[in-house]
Amino acid sequence: MEQLASLIAATLSAGTPLLLAGIGLLINERSGILNLGAEGMMLIAAAAGFAVGFHTGSATAGLIAGAVAGVLFSLIFSGLAIGLVTNQYATGLALTLFGAGLSAFAGLAYVGKTVPFQTNFAIPGLSEIPFFGTALFKLHPMVYLALLLTGVVAWVLARTRLGLTIRAVGESPESAHAIGFPVRGIRVGTVAFGGACCGLAGAYLSLIYTPLWVEGMVAGRGWIALALTTFATWKPWRVALGAYLFGSVTMIQFALQAEGVEIASQLLSMLPYIATIVVLALVSRNPAFIRLNMPASLGKPFHP
Amino acid sequence: MPELAARLQLTGISKRYPGVLANDNVSLTVAPGEIHGLIGENGAGKSTLMKVVYGAARPDSGEMRWNGAVVQPSSPAQARKLGIGMVFQHFSLFDTLTVVENVALALPGKLDRAQLARDIEAMGRRYGLPVDPSQHVYSLSVGERQRVEIIRCLLQQPSLLIMDEPTSVLTPQAVEKLFGTLHQLSSEGVAILYISHKLEEVRTLCSRATVLRGGRVTGVCNPREESVASLSRLMIGAEPPRATGVAREAGADQLIIDHLSMEPQERTGKPLHDVSLVVRKSEIVGIAGVSGNGQNELLSAISGEDARAPARSIRIGDTAIGRLPVVARRALGLAFVPEERLGRGAVPALGLDLNTLLTHDTGLTRHGLISHAAITTLARSIIERFGVKAAGPAAPAKSLSGGNLQKFIVGREVVKSPQVFVVSQPTWGVDVGAAAQIRQEIVALRDAGSAVLVVSEELEELFEICDALYVIANGRLSQRIAVRDATIEQIGELMGGAPASGAGAEVQHAAA
Repeated sequence: MEQLASLIAATLSAGTPLLLAGIGLLINERSGILNLGAEGMMLIAAAAGFAVGFHTGSATAGLIAGAVAGVLFSLIFSGLAIGLVTNQYATGLALTLFGAGLSAFAGLAYVGKTVPFQTNFAIPGLSEIPFFGTALFKLHPMVYLALLLTGVVAWVLARTRLGLTIRAVGESPESAHAIGFPVRGIRVGTVAFGGACCGLAGAYLSLIYTPLWVEGMVAGRGWIALALTTFATWKPWRVALGAYLFGSVTMIQFALQAEGVEIASQLLSMLPYIATIVVLALVSRNPAFIRLNMPASLGKPFHP
Repeated sequence: MPELAARLQLTGISKRYPGVLANDNVSLTVAPGEIHGLIGENGAGKSTLMKVVYGAARPDSGEMRWNGAVVQPSSPAQARKLGIGMVFQHFSLFDTLTVVENVALALPGKLDRAQLARDIEAMGRRYGLPVDPSQHVYSLSVGERQRVEIIRCLLQQPSLLIMDEPTSVLTPQAVEKLFGTLHQLSSEGVAILYISHKLEEVRTLCSRATVLRGGRVTGVCNPREESVASLSRLMIGAEPPRATGVAREAGADQLIIDHLSMEPQERTGKPLHDVSLVVRKSEIVGIAGVSGNGQNELLSAISGEDARAPARSIRIGDTAIGRLPVVARRALGLAFVPEERLGRGAVPALGLDLNTLLTHDTGLTRHGLISHAAITTLARSIIERFGVKAAGPAAPAKSLSGGNLQKFIVGREVVKSPQVFVVSQPTWGVDVGAAAQIRQEIVALRDAGSAVLVVSEELEELFEICDALYVIANGRLSQRIAVRDATIEQIGELMGGAPASGAGAEVQHAAA
């Protein structure tokens, strides 16, 4: 029983970077911009966050540095894809490759180093509850922050004028422009938000989740986060569901290994990616549903 | 003479786009409470002028006065703040948002959906523009979308209302209602700028009109004192020719729909109830109705995009085609021109030559390879025969104006001499000259022996070219009505959903 509680806790921790990045990219995509540079942003942020955390000794400073790095990196994307109207797909891919290289180079000095940050914060009282205490209330604050962020984003999108504007821009930038919205400004803003979220996710990985720097340590989570937005048909709470689902698949892989189940570890490592493909295929079966939720201008260039 | 400051006064507006002088020294004055017509063909400069007024384009020279003061709105938001509202012809709605959300985007202030929904319904009741505020726009018909546009505009309480071709999707009764609304608004002091190419409407509605041709003002007049002929001379330099043909004896039944009932494919579509119709050789049959009453569902079932109909419920001659795929129906001589020109009738980014491949199955390819010489020759012959204005056979479909693309698409089908020709909204958004030409081609096709089915919301068009009419309302089709026995009022009532039996009686009455 206690084992299951630990597994749940581990799942929530593993799902958190996916949720953070996924929520940021969701806002991005709701405004019609597809940023395939997510993986690169997360890598840069992981390196920057680790460096700052390592030198200042503060996890918070490291996380903030990660977010800032993500925003700065996203501005490169905005300048190219929104300002100069370059192809969004090519620009994003280029930034992912660039981010991988740059983070490996910048992180050379930190390879093999670790940071000694506390990863579990027991909430007084609640953490004493049997089972649930271990499963839900002894986690890092970022886990709760990610959930809070999901709630806020869901509320903003559904209930506020800002959310309506973002959706309108993603649906038809031409109409939004005609009505008088600053389409490009809004998009730069949403991309920066996506950058900040991916940055937080990256820094969380290198500071909290696996508190050490290794080249390429984001390990495809940026791509899974991108897939999650489609999986979730651009709905925030479904991103959370998907993120934890993928987190659990990762954890089951470890749990099975720990149990000594005789499966090649390489096969188990494939699980999250296979799950991504299967779920995407299932979601795509309902075109009307996709049509209703997918931002119509996603990935298309907009000339004002 | 003492004169109130004009609500809107344009003086010497000029606007040049690369290669074209869209507005050449245009002046126009609209007084408070005046309904002012702005008439001209597509490309005459009406849209550019309205963009200047609405802040979406900056004039190269000229002056705009608003209630006497010089203004220069630099964005639509600013224009709205001044009190200028515009109902667009090409809708500026967001498909995946609901009606309420669409309206909210254009209104300042707090977002209160429940209140706004009530306002929308109240406005709809007051002006006879019923819409369901909670519906998603993508599920609405063209007509319903226009209602949303109009309501959105009225909720901003404009003091100048620009209406761009607003009546093309309304029943005659609804047009009357709308005109009542416009008169009501004008009596409340709202100035209305009414853009149209329907001269009859302008004559009924407007007390003054400015006529544009080729970017210049060719006349300012009181349309009530003018005739349609004199207005159209100002507008196009000539009177539009009416479609003429040799009505021949209709032949054997070609397209038969036999008690077709089916559920819609889309959740928001209209179910069809017991629809039966017959189109015979050498006749044009029209289907009148306000959009969203089942036309799309019926057309999809005929064209084969929706192949779920019981096989024998749709027939070409004796062949049951209800379940056949599109290509098989085409092989049986069915040609179809859909309502949406770009995206369904033609691939926007591809050249006209490649677009011929969409519906021509033979002679254009060899061993699966495209024969470029063949498609270029075909595209060129269509361009020449139908007078399509295009840069050449390789010009992308989206580079053509609506009228020219429609001529090309109709031409593409007509050159196949189809046995059954089905066309939806043949002249929607097409200028008078091109519309007349398209109608003439449809009539010529009938004279050559084709069975033609025309779905249109323009009653005058149907009355001009059809031999018989059906009216569709709420997924049900009326009885067949011979055009020579029908009246606009009678068709209008049926469009509004009057029981079909009454219509039958009326037809007999008229015949007797």
